[in-house]
Amino acid sequence: MEWPGLYNYWIVIFLMMAGLYIVMARANLIKKMVGLSIFQVSVFVFYLTMGKVSGGTAPIVIDGDPVYSNPLPHVLILTAIVVGVATLALGLALIVRIKESYGTIEEDDIEKQETDA
Amino acid sequence: MSHHLVVRVVSKLLIPFILLFGLYVQFHGDFGPGGGFQAGVIFAAGFILYALVYGLDNAKRIIPEKYIRAGVALGLLIFAGTGVASLLMGGNYLDYSVLAEEAPKGQHLGIFVVEFGVGLTVASVMIVIFFAFAGRDHQIDEKEE
Amino acid sequence: MVLTVLLIIRLHNLFAIVMLSGIFSLLAATFFVVVDGVDVAFTEAAVGAGISTVLMLGALMLCGRTEKIPDRKTVLPLLVAVVTGAALVYGTLDMPYYGDPEAPIHQHVAPRYINDSLAETSVPNMVTAVLASYRGYDTLGEVAVIFTAGIGVLVLLSRIKLGRRKEDEDAA
Repeated sequence: MEWPGLYNYWIVIFLMMAGLYIVMARANLIKKMVGLSIFQVSVFVFYLTMGKVSGGTAPIVIDGDPVYSNPLPHVLILTAIVVGVATLALGLALIVRIKESYGTIEEDDIEKQETDA
Repeated sequence: MSHHLVVRVVSKLLIPFILLFGLYVQFHGDFGPGGGFQAGVIFAAGFILYALVYGLDNAKRIIPEKYIRAGVALGLLIFAGTGVASLLMGGNYLDYSVLAEEAPKGQHLGIFVVEFGVGLTVASVMIVIFFAFAGRDHQIDEKEE
Repeated sequence: MVLTVLLIIRLHNLFAIVMLSGIFSLLAATFFVVVDGVDVAFTEAAVGAGISTVLMLGALMLCGRTEKIPDRKTVLPLLVAVVTGAALVYGTLDMPYYGDPEAPIHQHVAPRYINDSLAETSVPNMVTAVLASYRGYDTLGEVAVIFTAGIGVLVLLSRIKLGRRKEDEDAA
Protein backbone atom coordinates (compact mmCIF):
# COMPACT_ATOMS: atom_id res chain seq x y z
CA MET A 1 0.00 0.00 0.00
CA GLU A 2 2.73 2.44 0.89
CA TRP A 3 4.99 1.83 -2.07
CA PRO A 4 3.47 3.52 -5.10
CA GLY A 5 2.45 6.48 -2.93
CA LEU A 6 3.23 9.67 -4.81
CA TYR A 7 5.73 7.95 -7.11
CA ASN A 8 3.32 7.93 -10.08
CA TYR A 9 2.87 11.68 -9.92
CA TRP A 10 6.62 12.21 -10.04
CA ILE A 11 6.92 10.08 -13.17
CA VAL A 12 4.11 12.16 -14.70
CA ILE A 13 5.90 15.37 -13.79
CA PHE A 14 9.16 14.10 -15.27
CA LEU A 15 7.42 13.18 -18.54
CA MET A 16 5.60 16.50 -18.62
CA MET A 17 8.77 18.50 -18.11
CA ALA A 18 10.59 16.40 -20.73
CA GLY A 19 7.84 17.30 -23.20
CA LEU A 20 8.03 20.95 -22.21
CA TYR A 21 11.81 20.93 -22.59
CA ILE A 22 11.63 19.40 -26.07
CA VAL A 23 9.10 22.02 -27.14
CA MET A 24 11.20 24.87 -25.82
CA ALA A 25 14.74 23.74 -26.60
CA ARG A 26 14.49 22.05 -29.99
CA ALA A 27 14.15 24.02 -33.20
CA ASN A 28 12.81 21.25 -35.44
CA LEU A 29 9.05 21.60 -35.78
CA ILE A 30 8.31 17.86 -36.05
CA LYS A 31 10.31 17.23 -32.90
CA LYS A 32 8.28 19.93 -31.22
CA MET A 33 5.11 18.02 -32.16
CA VAL A 34 6.56 14.85 -30.63
CA GLY A 35 7.34 16.81 -27.45
CA LEU A 36 3.81 18.13 -27.41
CA SER A 37 2.36 14.63 -27.66
CA ILE A 38 4.63 13.44 -24.83
CA PHE A 39 3.26 16.29 -22.72
CA GLN A 40 -0.25 15.21 -23.68
CA VAL A 41 0.30 11.56 -22.78
CA SER A 42 1.71 12.60 -19.40
CA VAL A 43 -1.54 14.40 -18.67
CA PHE A 44 -3.50 11.27 -19.66
CA VAL A 45 -1.36 9.20 -17.28
CA PHE A 46 -2.02 11.73 -14.53
CA TYR A 47 -5.81 11.58 -14.95
CA LEU A 48 -5.94 7.79 -15.03
CA THR A 49 -3.66 7.57 -11.98
CA MET A 50 -6.15 9.66 -10.06
CA GLY A 51 -9.06 7.52 -11.23
CA LYS A 52 -7.59 4.28 -9.89
CA VAL A 53 -9.06 2.76 -6.72
CA SER A 54 -6.83 0.10 -5.19
CA GLY A 55 -8.40 -3.33 -5.54
CA GLY A 56 -10.77 -1.85 -8.10
CA THR A 57 -11.73 -3.29 -11.46
CA ALA A 58 -12.55 -1.77 -14.84
CA PRO A 59 -15.83 0.20 -14.74
CA ILE A 60 -17.99 -2.35 -16.55
CA VAL A 61 -20.88 -3.74 -14.53
CA ILE A 62 -20.35 -7.40 -13.60
CA ASP A 63 -22.04 -9.77 -11.18
CA GLY A 64 -21.14 -9.64 -7.53
CA ASP A 65 -20.19 -6.52 -5.64
CA PRO A 66 -16.78 -5.44 -6.90
CA VAL A 67 -15.06 -2.12 -6.37
CA TYR A 68 -14.98 -0.11 -9.57
CA SER A 69 -12.40 2.43 -10.55
CA ASN A 70 -13.64 5.93 -11.25
CA PRO A 71 -15.10 6.03 -14.79
CA LEU A 72 -15.10 9.82 -15.12
CA PRO A 73 -11.37 10.34 -15.94
CA HIS A 74 -11.59 7.53 -18.48
CA VAL A 75 -14.37 9.33 -20.32
CA LEU A 76 -12.52 12.64 -20.35
CA ILE A 77 -9.27 11.10 -21.57
CA LEU A 78 -10.94 8.89 -24.17
CA THR A 79 -12.22 11.92 -26.04
CA ALA A 80 -8.99 13.83 -25.38
CA ILE A 81 -6.88 11.16 -27.10
CA VAL A 82 -8.86 11.27 -30.32
CA VAL A 83 -9.02 15.05 -30.30
CA GLY A 84 -5.26 14.99 -29.63
CA VAL A 85 -4.56 13.00 -32.78
CA ALA A 86 -6.82 15.29 -34.79
CA THR A 87 -4.95 18.37 -33.61
CA LEU A 88 -1.63 16.59 -34.17
CA ALA A 89 -2.68 16.00 -37.77
CA LEU A 90 -3.60 19.66 -38.13
CA GLY A 91 -0.20 20.69 -36.75
CA LEU A 92 1.61 18.35 -39.10
CA ALA A 93 -0.41 19.75 -42.01
CA LEU A 94 0.71 23.25 -41.05
CA ILE A 95 4.32 22.02 -40.87
CA VAL A 96 4.04 20.56 -44.36
CA ARG A 97 2.79 23.90 -45.65
CA ILE A 98 5.62 25.71 -43.85
CA LYS A 99 8.12 23.35 -45.46
CA GLU A 100 6.67 24.15 -48.86
CA SER A 101 6.81 27.92 -48.39
CA TYR A 102 10.17 28.21 -46.61
CA GLY A 103 11.94 25.03 -47.69
CA THR A 104 12.88 24.17 -44.11
CA ILE A 105 11.25 23.11 -40.85
CA GLU A 106 13.99 24.44 -38.58
CA GLU A 107 12.67 27.36 -36.58
CA ASP A 108 15.98 29.24 -36.65
CA ASP A 109 16.25 29.10 -40.43
CA ILE A 110 12.70 30.34 -40.82
CA GLU A 111 13.45 33.23 -38.49
CA LYS A 112 16.57 34.10 -40.45
CA GLN A 113 14.63 34.11 -43.71
CA GLU A 114 12.02 36.36 -42.15
CA THR A 115 14.57 38.91 -40.91
CA ASP A 116 16.47 38.87 -44.20
CA ALA A 117 13.37 39.53 -46.21
CA MET B 1 5.88 -1.75 -51.30
CA SER B 2 4.60 -3.89 -54.15
CA HIS B 3 7.60 -6.26 -54.10
CA HIS B 4 7.16 -7.30 -50.46
CA LEU B 5 5.29 -10.54 -50.90
CA VAL B 6 5.11 -11.43 -47.21
CA VAL B 7 3.72 -8.05 -46.24
CA ARG B 8 1.10 -8.19 -48.96
CA VAL B 9 -0.13 -11.67 -48.10
CA VAL B 10 -0.15 -11.16 -44.34
CA SER B 11 -1.94 -7.83 -44.54
CA LYS B 12 -4.48 -9.33 -46.94
CA LEU B 13 -5.17 -11.94 -44.26
CA LEU B 14 -5.32 -9.40 -41.47
CA ILE B 15 -7.39 -6.59 -42.96
CA PRO B 16 -10.80 -8.37 -42.88
CA PHE B 17 -10.22 -9.25 -39.24
CA ILE B 18 -9.21 -5.70 -38.36
CA LEU B 19 -12.39 -4.37 -39.98
CA LEU B 20 -14.52 -7.05 -38.30
CA PHE B 21 -12.91 -6.26 -34.98
CA GLY B 22 -13.65 -2.58 -35.56
CA LEU B 23 -17.34 -3.38 -36.08
CA TYR B 24 -17.34 -5.63 -32.99
CA VAL B 25 -15.85 -2.87 -30.89
CA GLN B 26 -18.42 -0.45 -32.29
CA PHE B 27 -21.52 -2.51 -31.59
CA HIS B 28 -20.37 -4.35 -28.49
CA GLY B 29 -19.21 -1.13 -26.86
CA ASP B 30 -22.31 -1.05 -24.66
CA PHE B 31 -21.34 -4.27 -22.93
CA GLY B 32 -17.57 -4.51 -23.03
CA PRO B 33 -14.72 -2.10 -23.54
CA GLY B 34 -15.20 -0.20 -26.74
CA GLY B 35 -17.32 2.45 -28.37
CA GLY B 36 -17.42 4.89 -31.22
CA PHE B 37 -14.02 6.52 -30.73
CA GLN B 38 -12.08 3.26 -30.51
CA ALA B 39 -14.02 1.58 -33.29
CA GLY B 40 -13.58 4.52 -35.62
CA VAL B 41 -9.84 4.52 -35.09
CA ILE B 42 -9.49 0.75 -35.57
CA PHE B 43 -11.63 0.81 -38.68
CA ALA B 44 -9.57 3.64 -40.12
CA ALA B 45 -6.36 1.77 -39.26
CA GLY B 46 -7.56 -1.15 -41.37
CA PHE B 47 -8.04 1.07 -44.41
CA ILE B 48 -4.77 2.88 -43.83
CA LEU B 49 -2.95 -0.45 -43.73
CA TYR B 50 -4.53 -1.31 -47.05
CA ALA B 51 -3.50 2.02 -48.53
CA LEU B 52 0.06 1.60 -47.26
CA VAL B 53 0.47 -1.87 -48.72
CA TYR B 54 -1.46 -1.66 -51.97
CA GLY B 55 -0.95 1.99 -52.78
CA LEU B 56 -3.15 5.02 -52.46
CA ASP B 57 -4.83 4.72 -55.83
CA ASN B 58 -6.16 1.23 -55.12
CA ALA B 59 -7.45 2.38 -51.72
CA LYS B 60 -9.18 5.35 -53.33
CA ARG B 61 -10.82 3.03 -55.82
CA ILE B 62 -12.33 0.97 -52.99
CA ILE B 63 -13.62 3.92 -50.99
CA PRO B 64 -13.95 7.00 -53.21
CA GLU B 65 -12.97 10.19 -51.45
CA LYS B 66 -16.34 11.89 -51.82
CA TYR B 67 -18.04 9.16 -49.77
CA ILE B 68 -15.56 9.53 -46.93
CA ARG B 69 -15.95 13.29 -47.00
CA ALA B 70 -19.69 12.80 -46.79
CA GLY B 71 -19.10 10.43 -43.85
CA VAL B 72 -17.20 13.12 -41.97
CA ALA B 73 -20.23 15.37 -41.96
CA LEU B 74 -22.82 12.61 -41.71
CA GLY B 75 -21.49 11.29 -38.40
CA LEU B 76 -21.72 14.70 -36.77
CA LEU B 77 -25.20 15.13 -38.25
CA ILE B 78 -26.34 11.79 -36.80
CA PHE B 79 -25.12 12.89 -33.37
CA ALA B 80 -26.73 16.33 -33.56
CA GLY B 81 -29.83 14.88 -35.24
CA THR B 82 -30.38 12.51 -32.33
CA GLY B 83 -30.45 15.54 -30.10
CA VAL B 84 -32.99 17.25 -32.33
CA ALA B 85 -35.08 14.06 -32.47
CA SER B 86 -35.29 13.91 -28.68
CA LEU B 87 -36.15 17.61 -28.72
CA LEU B 88 -39.02 16.97 -31.14
CA MET B 89 -40.31 14.08 -29.06
CA GLY B 90 -40.73 16.34 -26.07
CA GLY B 91 -37.49 15.90 -24.14
CA ASN B 92 -34.41 18.02 -23.63
CA TYR B 93 -31.68 18.23 -26.25
CA LEU B 94 -29.70 14.94 -26.20
CA ASP B 95 -32.03 13.49 -23.55
CA TYR B 96 -32.55 10.01 -24.96
CA SER B 97 -35.15 8.89 -22.41
CA VAL B 98 -38.02 9.93 -24.67
CA LEU B 99 -36.84 7.91 -27.70
CA ALA B 100 -38.59 4.73 -26.50
CA GLU B 101 -41.48 3.90 -24.18
CA GLU B 102 -39.29 3.17 -21.19
CA ALA B 103 -36.54 5.56 -20.22
CA PRO B 104 -33.67 3.02 -19.97
CA LYS B 105 -34.50 1.54 -23.37
CA GLY B 106 -34.57 4.98 -24.89
CA GLN B 107 -31.23 5.74 -23.30
CA HIS B 108 -29.77 2.54 -24.70
CA LEU B 109 -31.08 3.32 -28.18
CA GLY B 110 -29.81 6.89 -28.02
CA ILE B 111 -26.35 5.80 -26.88
CA PHE B 112 -26.22 3.24 -29.67
CA VAL B 113 -27.12 5.75 -32.38
CA VAL B 114 -24.84 8.44 -31.02
CA GLU B 115 -21.89 6.06 -30.79
CA PHE B 116 -22.50 5.13 -34.41
CA GLY B 117 -22.30 8.78 -35.37
CA VAL B 118 -19.08 9.19 -33.38
CA GLY B 119 -17.54 6.13 -35.01
CA LEU B 120 -18.49 7.29 -38.51
CA THR B 121 -16.98 10.72 -38.04
CA VAL B 122 -13.79 9.50 -36.38
CA ALA B 123 -13.14 6.82 -38.99
CA SER B 124 -13.85 9.18 -41.90
CA VAL B 125 -11.72 11.99 -40.49
CA MET B 126 -8.76 9.67 -39.91
CA ILE B 127 -8.96 8.27 -43.45
CA VAL B 128 -9.40 11.74 -44.94
CA ILE B 129 -6.37 13.06 -43.03
CA PHE B 130 -4.27 10.11 -44.10
CA PHE B 131 -5.29 10.52 -47.75
CA ALA B 132 -4.49 14.22 -47.55
CA PHE B 133 -0.97 13.50 -46.27
CA ALA B 134 -0.30 10.60 -48.60
CA GLY B 135 -1.81 12.40 -51.58
CA ARG B 136 0.85 15.11 -51.35
CA ASP B 137 3.56 12.71 -52.41
CA HIS B 138 2.62 9.78 -54.55
CA GLN B 139 5.85 7.95 -53.87
CA ILE B 140 4.91 7.40 -50.23
CA ASP B 141 4.17 3.72 -50.66
CA GLU B 142 7.53 3.20 -52.34
CA LYS B 143 9.61 5.05 -49.78
CA GLU B 144 7.98 3.80 -46.63
CA GLU B 145 9.90 0.67 -45.78
CA MET C 1 8.68 5.17 -20.56
CA VAL C 2 11.33 7.36 -18.94
CA LEU C 3 14.03 5.68 -21.03
CA THR C 4 12.20 6.22 -24.33
CA VAL C 5 11.66 9.88 -23.49
CA LEU C 6 15.35 10.38 -22.67
CA LEU C 7 16.23 8.79 -26.01
CA ILE C 8 13.79 11.06 -27.81
CA ILE C 9 15.51 14.08 -26.28
CA ARG C 10 19.01 12.87 -27.22
CA LEU C 11 18.45 11.61 -30.76
CA HIS C 12 18.58 13.73 -33.87
CA ASN C 13 17.29 11.19 -36.38
CA LEU C 14 13.64 12.09 -36.77
CA PHE C 15 12.72 8.65 -38.09
CA ALA C 16 13.97 7.02 -34.89
CA ILE C 17 12.22 9.68 -32.84
CA VAL C 18 8.87 8.98 -34.47
CA MET C 19 9.32 5.23 -33.91
CA LEU C 20 10.22 5.84 -30.28
CA SER C 21 7.15 7.99 -29.78
CA GLY C 22 5.09 5.06 -31.07
CA ILE C 23 6.76 2.78 -28.53
CA PHE C 24 6.11 5.41 -25.87
CA SER C 25 2.40 5.38 -26.70
CA LEU C 26 2.29 1.60 -26.52
CA LEU C 27 3.93 1.66 -23.08
CA ALA C 28 1.41 4.28 -21.99
CA ALA C 29 -1.38 1.98 -23.21
CA THR C 30 -0.09 -0.91 -21.08
CA PHE C 31 0.00 1.44 -18.10
CA PHE C 32 -3.63 2.37 -18.78
CA VAL C 33 -4.60 -1.32 -18.58
CA VAL C 34 -2.89 -1.54 -15.19
CA VAL C 35 -4.95 1.34 -13.83
CA ASP C 36 -8.22 -0.17 -15.17
CA GLY C 37 -8.73 2.21 -18.07
CA VAL C 38 -9.39 -0.51 -20.64
CA ASP C 39 -11.31 1.75 -22.99
CA VAL C 40 -8.59 4.34 -22.85
CA ALA C 41 -5.84 1.77 -23.39
CA PHE C 42 -7.68 0.55 -26.46
CA THR C 43 -7.80 4.01 -27.96
CA GLU C 44 -4.24 4.91 -27.03
CA ALA C 45 -2.87 1.74 -28.62
CA ALA C 46 -4.79 2.29 -31.85
CA VAL C 47 -4.23 6.04 -32.04
CA GLY C 48 -0.82 6.58 -30.53
CA ALA C 49 1.01 3.56 -31.83
CA GLY C 50 -0.96 3.29 -35.06
CA ILE C 51 -2.41 6.35 -36.66
CA SER C 52 -0.29 9.17 -35.25
CA THR C 53 2.89 7.25 -36.08
CA VAL C 54 1.70 6.77 -39.66
CA LEU C 55 0.77 10.46 -39.91
CA MET C 56 4.14 11.55 -38.58
CA LEU C 57 5.89 9.26 -41.04
CA GLY C 58 3.79 10.79 -43.79
CA ALA C 59 4.89 14.25 -42.69
CA LEU C 60 8.52 13.08 -42.51
CA MET C 61 8.38 11.91 -46.11
CA LEU C 62 7.45 15.44 -47.10
CA CYS C 63 9.84 17.27 -44.78
CA GLY C 64 13.10 15.28 -44.63
CA ARG C 65 14.16 12.92 -41.91
CA THR C 66 17.11 14.38 -40.03
CA GLU C 67 17.10 17.22 -37.57
CA LYS C 68 19.75 19.91 -37.80
CA ILE C 69 21.96 19.84 -34.72
CA PRO C 70 20.70 22.84 -32.79
CA ASP C 71 23.23 25.54 -32.00
CA ARG C 72 20.95 27.46 -29.67
CA LYS C 73 21.49 27.61 -25.92
CA THR C 74 19.52 25.00 -23.98
CA VAL C 75 20.30 26.23 -20.47
CA LEU C 76 17.31 28.50 -20.10
CA PRO C 77 14.67 25.96 -21.23
CA LEU C 78 16.27 23.35 -18.97
CA LEU C 79 16.16 25.78 -16.06
CA VAL C 80 12.51 26.64 -16.72
CA ALA C 81 11.61 22.93 -16.96
CA VAL C 82 13.45 22.05 -13.73
CA VAL C 83 11.94 24.92 -11.77
CA THR C 84 8.42 24.17 -13.01
CA GLY C 85 8.94 20.50 -12.25
CA ALA C 86 10.16 21.26 -8.75
CA ALA C 87 7.12 23.44 -8.10
CA LEU C 88 4.83 20.64 -9.32
CA VAL C 89 6.59 18.04 -7.15
CA TYR C 90 6.10 20.36 -4.17
CA GLY C 91 2.42 20.47 -5.16
CA THR C 92 2.09 16.68 -5.18
CA LEU C 93 3.10 16.41 -1.53
CA ASP C 94 -0.51 17.19 -0.59
CA MET C 95 -1.98 14.77 -3.14
CA PRO C 96 -3.83 11.61 -2.07
CA TYR C 97 -1.81 8.43 -2.44
CA TYR C 98 -2.17 6.19 -5.49
CA GLY C 99 -5.32 4.04 -5.30
CA ASP C 100 -6.66 5.73 -2.20
CA PRO C 101 -10.45 5.10 -2.18
CA GLU C 102 -10.98 8.11 0.10
CA ALA C 103 -9.49 10.58 -2.41
CA PRO C 104 -11.72 13.60 -3.13
CA ILE C 105 -12.10 12.62 -6.79
CA HIS C 106 -14.08 9.50 -5.82
CA GLN C 107 -16.50 11.30 -3.50
CA HIS C 108 -18.56 13.57 -5.68
CA VAL C 109 -19.96 12.56 -9.10
CA ALA C 110 -18.49 9.11 -9.64
CA PRO C 111 -20.67 7.19 -7.12
CA ARG C 112 -23.78 8.30 -9.00
CA TYR C 113 -22.36 6.94 -12.25
CA ILE C 114 -21.21 3.70 -10.65
CA ASN C 115 -24.42 2.98 -8.76
CA ASP C 116 -27.14 4.24 -11.08
CA SER C 117 -25.89 4.12 -14.65
CA LEU C 118 -27.02 0.53 -15.28
CA ALA C 119 -30.57 1.22 -14.08
CA GLU C 120 -30.83 4.52 -15.90
CA THR C 121 -29.33 3.61 -19.26
CA SER C 122 -29.25 -0.23 -19.29
CA VAL C 123 -25.67 -0.06 -20.62
CA PRO C 124 -23.24 -2.10 -18.52
CA ASN C 125 -20.14 -0.25 -19.70
CA MET C 126 -20.12 2.86 -17.54
CA VAL C 127 -17.59 4.62 -19.72
CA THR C 128 -19.89 4.36 -22.73
CA ALA C 129 -22.90 5.39 -20.68
CA VAL C 130 -21.21 8.48 -19.28
CA LEU C 131 -19.62 9.35 -22.60
CA ALA C 132 -22.74 9.25 -24.71
CA SER C 133 -25.50 10.05 -22.27
CA TYR C 134 -24.50 11.95 -19.14
CA ARG C 135 -21.86 13.98 -20.93
CA GLY C 136 -23.55 14.04 -24.34
CA TYR C 137 -22.90 17.73 -24.93
CA ASP C 138 -19.23 17.27 -24.14
CA THR C 139 -18.90 14.43 -26.62
CA LEU C 140 -20.84 16.34 -29.27
CA GLY C 141 -18.33 19.15 -28.86
CA GLU C 142 -15.40 16.75 -29.18
CA VAL C 143 -16.83 15.26 -32.36
CA ALA C 144 -17.24 18.79 -33.70
CA VAL C 145 -13.57 19.45 -32.89
CA ILE C 146 -12.49 16.32 -34.78
CA PHE C 147 -14.73 17.34 -37.68
CA THR C 148 -13.16 20.80 -37.75
CA ALA C 149 -9.63 19.37 -37.62
CA GLY C 150 -10.44 17.10 -40.55
CA ILE C 151 -11.77 20.04 -42.56
CA GLY C 152 -8.70 22.07 -41.60
CA VAL C 153 -6.29 19.41 -42.84
CA LEU C 154 -8.25 19.12 -46.07
CA VAL C 155 -8.14 22.86 -46.65
CA LEU C 156 -4.43 23.09 -45.83
CA LEU C 157 -3.25 20.13 -47.85
CA SER C 158 -5.53 19.72 -50.82
CA ARG C 159 -5.33 23.13 -52.52
CA ILE C 160 -2.32 22.38 -54.68
CA LYS C 161 -3.60 18.90 -55.33
CA LEU C 162 -6.77 20.34 -56.88
CA GLY C 163 -4.66 22.49 -59.16
CA ARG C 164 -2.63 19.45 -60.14
CA ARG C 165 -5.76 17.50 -60.92
CA LYS C 166 -6.83 20.22 -63.36
CA GLU C 167 -3.46 20.02 -65.07
CA ASP C 168 -3.89 16.28 -65.36
CA GLU C 169 -7.27 16.77 -66.97
CA ASP C 170 -5.79 19.28 -69.41
CA ALA C 171 -3.04 16.85 -70.28
CA ALA C 172 -5.57 14.07 -70.83
